[in-house]
Amino acid sequence: MTEKNDNKIELDHNHDGGDIDRRGFLKCMAWAGTGALCVMQGGVLKSYSLSDPSSMKQRGKGELSFVQISDSHMGFNKPANPDVIATLKAAVDKINALPVTPEFMLHTGDISHLSKPEQFDNVDQILKSAKPQNVFFVPGEHDVLDDDGKQYRERYARNAKGAGWYSFDRKGIHFMGLVNVMNLKAGGLGTLGLEQLEWMKDDVKHLSKSTPIVVFAHIPLWAVYPEWGWGTDDSAQALAYLKKFGSVTVLNGHIHQTMQKIEGNVTFHTATSTAFPQPKPGAAPSPGPMKVPAEQLRSLLGVTEVNYMRKHHSLAVIDSTLE
Amino acid sequence: MKNIVRINKLVACILLALAFSTTQIALAADANPSSTEIKIDNFTFAPQTVTVKVGTKITWTNSDDIPHTVVSNDSSFKSKTLDTDEKFSFTPTKPGTYSYFCSIHPKMTATVVVR
Repeated sequence: MTEKNDNKIELDHNHDGGDIDRRGFLKCMAWAGTGALCVMQGGVLKSYSLSDPSSMKQRGKGELSFVQISDSHMGFNKPANPDVIATLKAAVDKINALPVTPEFMLHTGDISHLSKPEQFDNVDQILKSAKPQNVFFVPGEHDVLDDDGKQYRERYARNAKGAGWYSFDRKGIHFMGLVNVMNLKAGGLGTLGLEQLEWMKDDVKHLSKSTPIVVFAHIPLWAVYPEWGWGTDDSAQALAYLKKFGSVTVLNGHIHQTMQKIEGNVTFHTATSTAFPQPKPGAAPSPGPMKVPAEQLRSLLGVTEVNYMRKHHSLAVIDSTLE
Repeated sequence: MKNIVRINKLVACILLALAFSTTQIALAADANPSSTEIKIDNFTFAPQTVTVKVGTKITWTNSDDIPHTVVSNDSSFKSKTLDTDEKFSFTPTKPGTYSYFCSIHPKMTATVVVR
Protein backbone atom coordinates (compact mmCIF):
# COMPACT_ATOMS: atom_id res chain seq x y z
CA MET A 1 0.00 0.00 0.00
CA THR A 2 1.32 3.35 -0.97
CA GLU A 3 -0.06 6.63 0.15
CA LYS A 4 0.50 10.11 -1.14
CA ASN A 5 -0.64 13.04 0.88
CA ASP A 6 0.36 15.93 -1.30
CA ASN A 7 -3.05 16.30 -2.91
CA LYS A 8 -5.08 14.99 0.01
CA ILE A 9 -6.21 11.99 -1.95
CA GLU A 10 -4.89 8.79 -0.56
CA LEU A 11 -5.26 5.58 -2.37
CA ASP A 12 -4.80 1.97 -1.60
CA HIS A 13 -4.73 0.33 -4.91
CA ASN A 14 -4.56 -3.37 -4.21
CA HIS A 15 -4.94 -4.29 -7.84
CA ASP A 16 -1.31 -3.89 -8.79
CA GLY A 17 0.17 -2.34 -5.68
CA GLY A 18 1.56 0.59 -7.64
CA ASP A 19 1.61 4.25 -6.76
CA ILE A 20 -1.52 6.17 -7.50
CA ASP A 21 -1.66 9.90 -7.46
CA ARG A 22 -4.30 12.28 -8.81
CA ARG A 23 -3.99 10.67 -12.21
CA GLY A 24 -4.60 7.34 -10.58
CA PHE A 25 -7.64 8.74 -8.87
CA LEU A 26 -9.04 9.79 -12.21
CA LYS A 27 -8.24 6.39 -13.58
CA CYS A 28 -10.09 4.84 -10.71
CA MET A 29 -13.06 7.06 -11.42
CA ALA A 30 -12.97 5.99 -15.01
CA TRP A 31 -12.99 2.37 -14.00
CA ALA A 32 -16.13 2.94 -12.05
CA GLY A 33 -18.12 2.61 -15.24
CA THR A 34 -16.25 -0.40 -16.47
CA GLY A 35 -16.24 -2.80 -13.60
CA ALA A 36 -14.22 -1.50 -10.70
CA LEU A 37 -15.39 -0.36 -7.34
CA CYS A 38 -14.01 2.77 -5.79
CA VAL A 39 -14.13 2.72 -2.07
CA MET A 40 -14.15 5.68 0.23
CA GLN A 41 -12.81 4.53 3.54
CA GLY A 42 -12.15 7.01 6.28
CA GLY A 43 -10.97 9.48 3.68
CA VAL A 44 -8.92 6.84 1.91
CA LEU A 45 -9.99 5.93 -1.57
CA LYS A 46 -9.56 2.33 -2.55
CA SER A 47 -10.25 0.59 -5.78
CA TYR A 48 -11.15 -2.99 -6.36
CA SER A 49 -11.47 -4.62 -9.72
CA LEU A 50 -14.66 -6.55 -10.23
CA SER A 51 -12.82 -8.79 -12.63
CA ASP A 52 -10.51 -9.87 -9.85
CA PRO A 53 -12.73 -11.27 -7.13
CA SER A 54 -9.73 -12.23 -5.01
CA SER A 55 -9.10 -8.58 -4.29
CA MET A 56 -12.39 -8.38 -2.47
CA LYS A 57 -11.95 -11.73 -0.77
CA GLN A 58 -8.88 -10.62 1.11
CA ARG A 59 -10.88 -9.69 4.11
CA GLY A 60 -9.61 -10.09 7.62
CA LYS A 61 -11.33 -11.71 10.53
CA GLY A 62 -14.13 -9.75 12.10
CA GLU A 63 -14.75 -7.75 9.00
CA LEU A 64 -18.24 -7.37 7.72
CA SER A 65 -19.93 -6.73 4.42
CA PHE A 66 -23.58 -5.86 3.94
CA VAL A 67 -25.67 -4.15 1.27
CA GLN A 68 -28.26 -1.42 1.34
CA ILE A 69 -31.11 -1.26 -1.13
CA SER A 70 -33.78 1.40 -1.07
CA ASP A 71 -36.95 2.82 -2.55
CA SER A 72 -38.12 -0.17 -4.58
CA HIS A 73 -41.60 1.47 -4.88
CA MET A 74 -43.21 -1.80 -5.87
CA GLY A 75 -46.44 -0.99 -7.70
CA PHE A 76 -45.15 2.15 -9.39
CA ASN A 77 -45.86 1.85 -13.12
CA LYS A 78 -45.51 5.32 -14.61
CA PRO A 79 -43.22 6.29 -17.52
CA ALA A 80 -40.21 7.01 -15.26
CA ASN A 81 -40.01 3.21 -14.85
CA PRO A 82 -42.89 1.03 -16.05
CA ASP A 83 -41.17 -2.12 -14.74
CA VAL A 84 -39.95 -1.77 -11.16
CA ILE A 85 -40.03 -5.56 -10.79
CA ALA A 86 -37.32 -5.93 -13.43
CA THR A 87 -35.08 -3.30 -11.85
CA LEU A 88 -35.45 -4.77 -8.36
CA LYS A 89 -34.52 -8.15 -9.84
CA ALA A 90 -31.50 -6.51 -11.50
CA ALA A 91 -30.48 -5.13 -8.09
CA VAL A 92 -30.68 -8.62 -6.62
CA ASP A 93 -28.59 -9.96 -9.53
CA LYS A 94 -26.03 -7.27 -8.79
CA ILE A 95 -25.89 -8.30 -5.15
CA ASN A 96 -25.65 -11.99 -6.03
CA ALA A 97 -22.73 -11.22 -8.35
CA LEU A 98 -20.65 -9.57 -5.64
CA PRO A 99 -17.38 -11.39 -5.06
CA VAL A 100 -18.14 -11.80 -1.38
CA THR A 101 -21.71 -12.51 -0.38
CA PRO A 102 -22.90 -9.77 1.94
CA GLU A 103 -24.00 -11.07 5.32
CA PHE A 104 -27.34 -9.27 5.21
CA MET A 105 -29.29 -6.53 3.50
CA LEU A 106 -30.77 -3.29 4.74
CA HIS A 107 -33.83 -1.93 2.98
CA THR A 108 -34.20 1.75 3.78
CA GLY A 109 -37.88 2.10 2.99
CA ASP A 110 -40.48 2.77 0.33
CA ILE A 111 -40.58 -0.97 -0.18
CA SER A 112 -44.02 -0.48 -1.76
CA HIS A 113 -45.51 2.43 -3.65
CA LEU A 114 -48.97 2.34 -2.04
CA SER A 115 -48.69 0.02 0.99
CA LYS A 116 -50.69 -2.67 -0.83
CA PRO A 117 -50.29 -6.26 0.41
CA GLU A 118 -49.47 -7.56 -3.07
CA GLN A 119 -46.74 -4.92 -3.44
CA PHE A 120 -45.05 -6.05 -0.22
CA ASP A 121 -45.54 -9.68 -1.32
CA ASN A 122 -43.80 -8.98 -4.64
CA VAL A 123 -40.77 -7.44 -2.95
CA ASP A 124 -40.56 -10.28 -0.42
CA GLN A 125 -40.71 -12.78 -3.27
CA ILE A 126 -37.96 -11.09 -5.28
CA LEU A 127 -35.69 -10.64 -2.26
CA LYS A 128 -35.95 -14.39 -1.57
CA SER A 129 -33.69 -14.93 -4.55
CA ALA A 130 -30.94 -12.78 -3.04
CA LYS A 131 -28.00 -14.67 -1.56
CA PRO A 132 -28.09 -12.73 1.70
CA GLN A 133 -31.29 -14.04 3.27
CA ASN A 134 -31.54 -11.72 6.19
CA VAL A 135 -33.12 -8.33 5.45
CA PHE A 136 -33.54 -5.53 7.96
CA PHE A 137 -36.18 -2.98 7.03
CA VAL A 138 -37.17 0.51 8.03
CA PRO A 139 -40.37 2.04 6.62
CA GLY A 140 -40.68 4.82 4.08
CA GLU A 141 -43.72 7.07 3.98
CA HIS A 142 -45.12 4.93 1.16
CA ASP A 143 -45.14 1.86 3.43
CA VAL A 144 -47.37 3.29 6.15
CA LEU A 145 -50.22 4.77 4.08
CA ASP A 146 -53.76 4.84 5.47
CA ASP A 147 -53.19 2.38 8.33
CA ASP A 148 -50.71 4.18 10.56
CA GLY A 149 -48.07 1.61 9.67
CA LYS A 150 -49.97 -1.38 11.09
CA GLN A 151 -49.37 -3.66 8.13
CA TYR A 152 -45.72 -2.64 7.93
CA ARG A 153 -45.15 -3.49 11.59
CA GLU A 154 -46.88 -6.85 11.25
CA ARG A 155 -44.76 -7.77 8.26
CA TYR A 156 -41.35 -6.31 9.01
CA ALA A 157 -41.09 -5.10 12.57
CA ARG A 158 -42.83 -7.57 14.85
CA ASN A 159 -40.14 -7.38 17.51
CA ALA A 160 -39.42 -3.69 17.12
CA LYS A 161 -40.34 -0.89 19.44
CA GLY A 162 -42.86 1.91 18.85
CA ALA A 163 -43.54 2.53 15.17
CA GLY A 164 -40.86 -0.02 14.21
CA TRP A 165 -37.45 1.07 15.52
CA TYR A 166 -34.88 -1.43 16.79
CA SER A 167 -31.17 -2.11 17.15
CA PHE A 168 -28.89 -5.11 16.76
CA ASP A 169 -25.20 -5.94 16.83
CA ARG A 170 -23.02 -7.65 14.24
CA LYS A 171 -19.26 -8.15 14.47
CA GLY A 172 -18.95 -5.43 17.08
CA ILE A 173 -20.94 -2.88 15.07
CA HIS A 174 -24.11 -1.46 16.62
CA PHE A 175 -26.93 -1.02 14.07
CA MET A 176 -29.95 1.19 14.73
CA GLY A 177 -32.98 1.12 12.43
CA LEU A 178 -35.03 4.29 12.89
CA VAL A 179 -38.50 5.42 11.79
CA ASN A 180 -38.87 9.04 10.68
CA VAL A 181 -41.94 8.83 8.43
CA MET A 182 -44.75 8.75 11.00
CA ASN A 183 -46.89 11.57 12.43
CA LEU A 184 -45.51 14.15 10.03
CA LYS A 185 -46.62 17.65 10.88
CA ALA A 186 -47.92 20.30 8.45
CA GLY A 187 -45.03 22.30 7.03
CA GLY A 188 -42.44 20.00 8.64
CA LEU A 189 -39.84 17.43 7.63
CA GLY A 190 -39.26 13.84 8.69
CA THR A 191 -39.62 13.30 12.40
CA LEU A 192 -38.31 10.79 14.93
CA GLY A 193 -40.38 11.92 17.89
CA LEU A 194 -39.66 12.06 21.61
CA GLU A 195 -40.37 8.42 22.36
CA GLN A 196 -37.88 7.21 19.76
CA LEU A 197 -35.25 9.77 20.79
CA GLU A 198 -35.53 8.62 24.40
CA TRP A 199 -35.12 5.04 23.28
CA MET A 200 -32.03 5.98 21.25
CA LYS A 201 -30.44 7.71 24.18
CA ASP A 202 -31.00 4.66 26.32
CA ASP A 203 -29.97 2.21 23.60
CA VAL A 204 -26.44 3.62 23.21
CA LYS A 205 -25.89 4.53 26.85
CA HIS A 206 -23.87 1.43 27.71
CA LEU A 207 -21.83 1.18 24.52
CA SER A 208 -18.14 2.05 24.53
CA LYS A 209 -17.19 5.04 22.44
CA SER A 210 -15.07 2.86 20.16
CA THR A 211 -18.14 0.92 19.00
CA PRO A 212 -18.82 1.70 15.33
CA ILE A 213 -22.42 2.84 14.90
CA VAL A 214 -24.56 2.41 11.80
CA VAL A 215 -27.85 4.29 11.78
CA PHE A 216 -30.31 3.62 8.98
CA ALA A 217 -33.59 5.41 8.31
CA HIS A 218 -35.64 6.37 5.27
CA ILE A 219 -35.57 10.18 5.17
CA PRO A 220 -32.08 11.70 5.38
CA LEU A 221 -30.98 12.61 8.90
CA TRP A 222 -29.26 15.71 7.54
CA ALA A 223 -30.69 18.72 5.77
CA VAL A 224 -30.19 17.69 2.17
CA TYR A 225 -32.87 20.04 0.84
CA PRO A 226 -35.54 21.04 3.34
CA GLU A 227 -37.52 22.87 0.64
CA TRP A 228 -38.41 19.44 -0.73
CA GLY A 229 -38.77 17.86 2.68
CA TRP A 230 -35.37 16.17 2.41
CA GLY A 231 -34.37 16.28 6.03
CA THR A 232 -35.53 15.33 9.53
CA ASP A 233 -36.71 17.96 12.01
CA ASP A 234 -35.25 16.40 15.14
CA SER A 235 -32.17 14.69 13.69
CA ALA A 236 -29.79 17.02 15.56
CA GLN A 237 -31.04 15.60 18.85
CA ALA A 238 -30.51 12.05 17.60
CA LEU A 239 -26.97 12.83 16.45
CA ALA A 240 -26.21 14.52 19.77
CA TYR A 241 -26.66 11.11 21.45
CA LEU A 242 -24.04 9.68 19.07
CA LYS A 243 -21.41 12.37 19.61
CA LYS A 244 -19.20 10.27 21.85
CA PHE A 245 -18.67 7.58 19.21
CA GLY A 246 -15.61 7.64 17.01
CA SER A 247 -17.33 6.23 13.93
CA VAL A 248 -20.95 6.87 12.98
CA THR A 249 -22.32 5.96 9.56
CA VAL A 250 -25.80 7.18 8.63
CA LEU A 251 -27.49 5.42 5.72
CA ASN A 252 -30.65 6.87 4.20
CA GLY A 253 -32.86 6.59 1.10
CA HIS A 254 -35.85 8.73 0.08
CA ILE A 255 -34.07 11.07 -2.35
CA HIS A 256 -33.34 8.41 -5.01
CA GLN A 257 -29.75 9.52 -5.61
CA THR A 258 -26.41 9.13 -3.89
CA MET A 259 -25.10 11.92 -1.75
CA GLN A 260 -22.41 11.94 0.87
CA LYS A 261 -21.39 14.31 3.59
CA ILE A 262 -18.80 13.93 6.32
CA GLU A 263 -19.27 15.97 9.44
CA GLY A 264 -16.81 15.25 12.24
CA ASN A 265 -17.29 11.64 13.30
CA VAL A 266 -20.38 11.16 11.16
CA THR A 267 -20.53 10.01 7.55
CA PHE A 268 -23.93 10.56 5.94
CA HIS A 269 -24.80 8.63 2.83
CA THR A 270 -27.95 8.33 0.74
CA ALA A 271 -28.59 5.43 -1.63
CA THR A 272 -30.08 5.29 -5.09
CA SER A 273 -33.50 3.79 -5.65
CA THR A 274 -34.07 0.51 -7.41
CA ALA A 275 -37.16 2.02 -9.10
CA PHE A 276 -36.74 5.55 -10.48
CA PRO A 277 -34.40 8.53 -10.10
CA GLN A 278 -35.35 11.89 -8.65
CA PRO A 279 -33.94 15.28 -9.69
CA LYS A 280 -31.01 16.92 -7.98
CA PRO A 281 -32.13 19.33 -5.23
CA GLY A 282 -33.88 22.32 -6.79
CA ALA A 283 -33.19 21.16 -10.35
CA ALA A 284 -36.88 20.66 -11.14
CA PRO A 285 -40.19 22.19 -10.01
CA SER A 286 -40.77 19.24 -7.67
CA PRO A 287 -39.05 16.08 -6.41
CA GLY A 288 -41.32 13.81 -8.48
CA PRO A 289 -40.00 10.86 -10.51
CA MET A 290 -37.41 11.98 -13.08
CA LYS A 291 -38.04 10.70 -16.58
CA VAL A 292 -34.89 9.77 -18.46
CA PRO A 293 -34.35 7.91 -21.74
CA ALA A 294 -34.92 4.18 -21.17
CA GLU A 295 -31.30 3.32 -21.95
CA GLN A 296 -30.13 5.67 -19.17
CA LEU A 297 -32.46 4.47 -16.46
CA ARG A 298 -30.29 1.71 -15.00
CA SER A 299 -27.29 4.01 -14.77
CA LEU A 300 -29.28 6.04 -12.24
CA LEU A 301 -30.49 3.12 -10.15
CA GLY A 302 -28.33 0.95 -7.96
CA VAL A 303 -27.29 -0.77 -4.78
CA THR A 304 -24.90 0.24 -2.03
CA GLU A 305 -22.35 -2.08 -0.48
CA VAL A 306 -20.84 -1.35 2.90
CA ASN A 307 -17.66 -2.97 4.16
CA TYR A 308 -16.36 -2.73 7.67
CA MET A 309 -12.60 -2.96 7.97
CA ARG A 310 -11.78 -3.64 11.58
CA LYS A 311 -8.13 -2.72 11.05
CA HIS A 312 -9.12 0.79 9.97
CA HIS A 313 -12.05 0.94 12.29
CA SER A 314 -14.20 2.41 9.59
CA LEU A 315 -16.86 1.58 7.07
CA ALA A 316 -16.37 1.83 3.35
CA VAL A 317 -19.45 2.70 1.31
CA ILE A 318 -19.54 1.60 -2.32
CA ASP A 319 -22.29 2.56 -4.73
CA SER A 320 -22.79 0.67 -7.93
CA THR A 321 -25.38 1.19 -10.61
CA LEU A 322 -27.62 -1.44 -12.18
CA GLU A 323 -25.91 -1.19 -15.53
CA MET B 1 -96.12 64.76 1.70
CA LYS B 2 -97.28 63.08 -1.45
CA ASN B 3 -93.85 63.58 -2.88
CA ILE B 4 -92.20 61.96 0.09
CA VAL B 5 -94.49 58.98 -0.21
CA ARG B 6 -93.66 58.81 -3.88
CA ILE B 7 -89.97 58.95 -3.13
CA ASN B 8 -90.42 56.33 -0.44
CA LYS B 9 -92.23 54.14 -2.94
CA LEU B 10 -89.44 54.67 -5.38
CA VAL B 11 -86.79 53.79 -2.81
CA ALA B 12 -88.78 50.76 -1.79
CA CYS B 13 -89.00 49.79 -5.42
CA ILE B 14 -85.31 50.18 -5.95
CA LEU B 15 -84.57 48.29 -2.76
CA LEU B 16 -86.94 45.56 -3.80
CA ALA B 17 -85.33 45.37 -7.20
CA LEU B 18 -81.90 45.26 -5.60
CA ALA B 19 -82.98 42.62 -3.15
CA PHE B 20 -84.50 40.61 -5.95
CA SER B 21 -81.38 40.82 -8.10
CA THR B 22 -79.21 39.85 -5.12
CA THR B 23 -81.50 36.92 -4.52
CA GLN B 24 -81.16 36.06 -8.17
CA ILE B 25 -77.38 36.14 -7.88
CA ALA B 26 -77.55 34.11 -4.68
CA LEU B 27 -79.88 31.64 -6.36
CA ALA B 28 -77.62 31.43 -9.36
CA ALA B 29 -74.67 30.95 -7.03
CA ASP B 30 -76.50 28.19 -5.24
CA ALA B 31 -77.57 26.44 -8.39
CA ASN B 32 -74.11 25.66 -9.66
CA PRO B 33 -71.34 27.27 -7.79
CA SER B 34 -71.41 25.08 -4.92
CA SER B 35 -68.45 23.19 -6.20
CA THR B 36 -64.86 24.11 -6.72
CA GLU B 37 -61.76 22.28 -7.88
CA ILE B 38 -58.26 22.16 -6.40
CA LYS B 39 -55.50 20.58 -8.39
CA ILE B 40 -52.52 18.74 -6.91
CA ASP B 41 -49.63 19.07 -9.29
CA ASN B 42 -45.85 19.21 -8.85
CA PHE B 43 -46.19 18.70 -5.10
CA THR B 44 -48.37 21.83 -4.84
CA PHE B 45 -52.04 22.53 -4.13
CA ALA B 46 -53.44 25.02 -6.64
CA PRO B 47 -54.91 27.45 -5.94
CA GLN B 48 -53.05 27.83 -2.65
CA THR B 49 -56.06 29.50 -1.03
CA VAL B 50 -59.70 29.04 -2.02
CA THR B 51 -62.59 30.96 -0.49
CA VAL B 52 -65.98 29.24 -0.62
CA LYS B 53 -69.40 29.45 0.97
CA VAL B 54 -70.65 26.92 3.48
CA GLY B 55 -72.04 23.99 1.53
CA THR B 56 -69.67 24.29 -1.40
CA LYS B 57 -68.28 20.96 -2.50
CA ILE B 58 -64.50 21.11 -2.82
CA THR B 59 -62.82 18.46 -4.95
CA TRP B 60 -59.11 17.78 -5.03
CA THR B 61 -57.56 15.84 -7.94
CA ASN B 62 -54.05 14.40 -7.79
CA SER B 63 -52.27 14.97 -11.10
CA ASP B 64 -48.83 13.86 -9.86
CA ASP B 65 -47.08 10.53 -10.47
CA ILE B 66 -46.73 10.25 -6.72
CA PRO B 67 -49.54 9.70 -4.20
CA HIS B 68 -50.67 12.53 -1.95
CA THR B 69 -53.23 13.11 0.78
CA VAL B 70 -55.43 16.04 1.80
CA VAL B 71 -55.55 16.42 5.59
CA SER B 72 -56.77 19.44 7.53
CA ASN B 73 -54.65 20.46 10.51
CA ASP B 74 -57.64 20.25 12.84
CA SER B 75 -58.83 16.92 11.37
CA SER B 76 -62.04 18.44 9.93
CA PHE B 77 -61.32 16.50 6.75
CA LYS B 78 -58.89 13.76 5.86
CA SER B 79 -58.57 11.88 2.59
CA LYS B 80 -57.27 8.43 2.02
CA THR B 81 -54.11 8.23 -0.09
CA LEU B 82 -54.85 9.57 -3.57
CA ASP B 83 -52.94 7.88 -6.36
CA THR B 84 -52.56 9.54 -9.76
CA ASP B 85 -55.90 10.98 -11.03
CA GLU B 86 -57.77 10.02 -7.87
CA LYS B 87 -60.10 12.56 -6.26
CA PHE B 88 -61.26 13.56 -2.82
CA SER B 89 -64.22 15.80 -1.98
CA PHE B 90 -65.25 17.66 1.13
CA THR B 91 -68.23 19.95 1.71
CA PRO B 92 -67.71 22.31 4.65
CA THR B 93 -70.70 22.89 6.92
CA LYS B 94 -69.13 25.54 9.18
CA PRO B 95 -67.43 28.81 8.36
CA GLY B 96 -63.75 29.10 9.25
CA THR B 97 -60.22 28.98 7.95
CA TYR B 98 -59.02 25.46 7.34
CA SER B 99 -55.29 24.94 6.91
CA TYR B 100 -54.49 21.59 5.36
CA PHE B 101 -51.47 19.62 4.13
CA CYS B 102 -50.33 16.38 2.51
CA SER B 103 -49.51 14.00 5.35
CA ILE B 104 -47.04 12.15 3.09
CA HIS B 105 -45.23 15.33 1.99
CA PRO B 106 -45.91 17.76 4.83
CA LYS B 107 -44.13 20.61 3.06
CA MET B 108 -47.24 20.77 0.87
CA THR B 109 -49.61 23.15 2.66
CA ALA B 110 -52.64 25.25 1.61
CA THR B 111 -55.79 26.87 2.95
CA VAL B 112 -59.56 26.72 2.47
CA VAL B 113 -61.53 29.73 3.75
CA VAL B 114 -65.23 29.03 4.34
CA ARG B 115 -67.60 32.02 4.65
